Amino acid sequence: MAGLVTTLGSGAMTNSVHEIRDAGCILAIGTNTTEGHPVIGLEIKKAVDKGAKLIVANPREIDLVRWADLWLRHNPGTDVALLMGMMNVIVDEGLLDSTFIEERCENFDTFKESLKDFDLDTVERITGVPKNQIVEAALIYATNKPSTLLYAMGITQHSHGTDNVIATANLAMLTGNIGKPSTGVNPLRGQNNVQGACDLGALPNVYPGYQAVADPTIREKFETAWGCSLNPSPGLTLTDMFEAISKGQIKAVYLIGENPVLSDPDINHIKESIKALEFLVVQDFFLSETAQMADVVLPTATFAEKDGTFTNTERRVQRVRKAIEPVGDSKPDWWITCQIAQRMSAKGFEFETPSQIMDEIASLTPSYGGISYNRLENGGLQWPCPTQEHPGTPILHTERFARGKGHFVPLEYKPPKELPDDEYPLILTTGRSLFHFHTGTMTRKVKGLNILLEEGPLEINPSDASALGIVDGEMVKVVSRRGEIVAKAKITEVSPAGVVFLTFHFAESSANLLTNPVFDPVSKIPEFKVCAVRVERTH
Amino acid sequence: MNEITLIIDGQEVKAKEGMTVLEAAKEAGIDIPTLCYHPDLTPYGACRLCIVEIENVKGFPTSCTTPASDGMVVKTNTPQIHELRRDIFELILTEHPNFCITCNRKERCQPFDICLRNVSVTERCVICPRNGHCELQDVADSLGVEEVTLPYAYSKELPIERGDPFFDRDYNLCILCGRCVRVCQEVRGRGAIAFTYRGSDALIGTAFGWSLKESECQFCGACVDICPTGALMERTSRWEGVAEYQVVTTCPYCGVGCQLELEVKRGRVIRVNPKRDGTINQGQACVKGRFGIAEFVHHPERLTNPMIRRNGNFEDATWDEALDMIASKLGKYKENNEIAVISSAKCTNEDNYVAQKFTRAVLGTNNLDHCARL
Repeated sequence: MAGLVTTLGSGAMTNSVHEIRDAGCILAIGTNTTEGHPVIGLEIKKAVDKGAKLIVANPREIDLVRWADLWLRHNPGTDVALLMGMMNVIVDEGLLDSTFIEERCENFDTFKESLKDFDLDTVERITGVPKNQIVEAALIYATNKPSTLLYAMGITQHSHGTDNVIATANLAMLTGNIGKPSTGVNPLRGQNNVQGACDLGALPNVYPGYQAVADPTIREKFETAWGCSLNPSPGLTLTDMFEAISKGQIKAVYLIGENPVLSDPDINHIKESIKALEFLVVQDFFLSETAQMADVVLPTATFAEKDGTFTNTERRVQRVRKAIEPVGDSKPDWWITCQIAQRMSAKGFEFETPSQIMDEIASLTPSYGGISYNRLENGGLQWPCPTQEHPGTPILHTERFARGKGHFVPLEYKPPKELPDDEYPLILTTGRSLFHFHTGTMTRKVKGLNILLEEGPLEINPSDASALGIVDGEMVKVVSRRGEIVAKAKITEVSPAGVVFLTFHFAESSANLLTNPVFDPVSKIPEFKVCAVRVERTH
Repeated sequence: MNEITLIIDGQEVKAKEGMTVLEAAKEAGIDIPTLCYHPDLTPYGACRLCIVEIENVKGFPTSCTTPASDGMVVKTNTPQIHELRRDIFELILTEHPNFCITCNRKERCQPFDICLRNVSVTERCVICPRNGHCELQDVADSLGVEEVTLPYAYSKELPIERGDPFFDRDYNLCILCGRCVRVCQEVRGRGAIAFTYRGSDALIGTAFGWSLKESECQFCGACVDICPTGALMERTSRWEGVAEYQVVTTCPYCGVGCQLELEVKRGRVIRVNPKRDGTINQGQACVKGRFGIAEFVHHPERLTNPMIRRNGNFEDATWDEALDMIASKLGKYKENNEIAVISSAKCTNEDNYVAQKFTRAVLGTNNLDHCARL
């Protein structure tokens, strides 16, 4: 999200889901929408039925490719080069929106200089996409307005993920495709409330509403409201936390509903550091792989058993309503945390209902200022919604950018940190399946979903498979510098030659035993989408 | 869009240009029976129930496929139309169990009562999971059909398709309205199912008779939701009957935020339906939201009480024990900033707010994150 904050000033979907159906062009890059966000996939279909041009940029032949006018099969990790190449064409052809750039943006000339390094020959060499396709993509995107750009973890989970995001924002600004209906830069968020968790300040550097921890006036506001003094220095990110744990700097962890043993890169290292903890509390509704290592496990209620709100990918705050009583003696997460706080003699945790919590959120978070439960009854509200009268904001940056002027950032191409070599000749990329969710804590408990996908297959191109003598359905060993797993080979042209694919839903063949724990320097997102592996037969 | 005016059953009706006669009538509150029509799908004209009379138009056009135009004079309910509709509907009923549909005792009948009309148990509505919300029953009521005079030809004797997860397909009950085929193609873009064979042999099926799992099917359940009869039925909730109440909530899976209706009976979630007017999803969901919720919520492995590790093993504890222990332990690590909190993108906004307030105000640290990056 840091990339969008730098360029536009706000790290969220700029437009709304229903606008996609009215787009003239959709560029879907680094998103396997029909598997990861199926219902947004339906919006793309609607748009295509109405005549929109669809460009899919993905190394894998994902389902969306069937509807696409143009499929760019670029090499994994070369998104910056591809997008910069497209922008170079747009500038050369004079298809840029000069008025928009002049009135709404800054730093264009410096950015334009950096395009020089991305002539078509260079871009073709880096990305593996033929020149004419790059030109075609640029022309389609620039001439079929309104053009909307959708991306997901295929853009962010790289060691240069922030650069990828900046490239998408540069492209949208260059063509004036921002701040208007059916345009924009639209990150599709992976988990139900990842937007909300960020909005509400479950981050080391910001209070709710992205208000900086380091800003003394902001800190004072929260100190007054909460009646305590607050730590001025930003904390550790998740990935730094595990470093600090293994160094003995962090000794206790209170973990709510996460399963880092499956979701984080280089699992073996994570397990070691969790073992090193003196005290681990885990709150979850199943005994997850991480909960099995805890000192205390607290049973929580699922979404069906509690009231609250989730904020979806288009910034819409929607109600979660209690349907049944908590199963067994489980309790809502907020109740548990409040109880611990009260038992540590803290004040300000006497909430009786989630609605009261939302009222406190609204009083301290400008973008949620006008949100209260009675206003959420009919379909929710999209932030920013600063006052009780405000109708919510479906489109961001309509008059001006959240940071003032849209900031063009010059970029250079940086290859992934680990590339194939003689010892590890294949690229491993990871992703999701339609039939399972994240680490599978919920979906793997559903029999029917396990029937539809019972194990995470290793997708491998026929040419690589035949070179290794692998037949379809055979168990193979996948080895990286971090570890090895065994998985069933699925020979398919969905994966390009030289690239293999795994999901991370399955504990027994978890892709994250193999992935490379290198991080984007700004966003600290790990490079899940590219690492080097070799595949071996098991017998 | 231009407004146009029609006369329907002598009533002046305003409609928008581009609407069909059926839509115009529905807007005006005039009821025309339908089976193959669905507002999410393009008009099809298969069941013929929605026939009307239009001045200066020959015959009985289907109102679902006829565009409304300015000055049109439409009659929807003349005795002749009524008789034709009953004949059409009787034809549909000849290939579907129909004794209960037309029986005047149906409200009072229990599944294993002795039937005065000698209807076999397997052909009774009372044993159909769709009983009570079957559209054939609704149409029979609205047309006042009390008897089917045509010969009964319910004899397909097709095996019930039970090989796939989540739902059964009993094509003996299918009336070939094509709603499932069309929703799969038009709305979901899959085309996993189609009409197979021809004429009186026509059936809904997959290519080569494959199972749904082997076909293009993604198990979104849109076909089950749209089926007017008991042909497509969710397996787990098949015999649960009607829910005690429904609660509208937000799906806990991906970030799209589909609105779902959780149907509850005896304290358990028995069925999950995508909300028809849900802001984002408008009646659609994916396999996880549609079929993947009740089972994990009520899974026997759910944690039901706090546990504390003692001598390497988990032992059950009370909330007071567990909470007091945590409160006393966490305090120790506060001083040297040796503590971190990991919150969750699965939890609600309120859970996350309280977690960050606790971390900052009580534990005195900003070592707080969640899995946004993963």
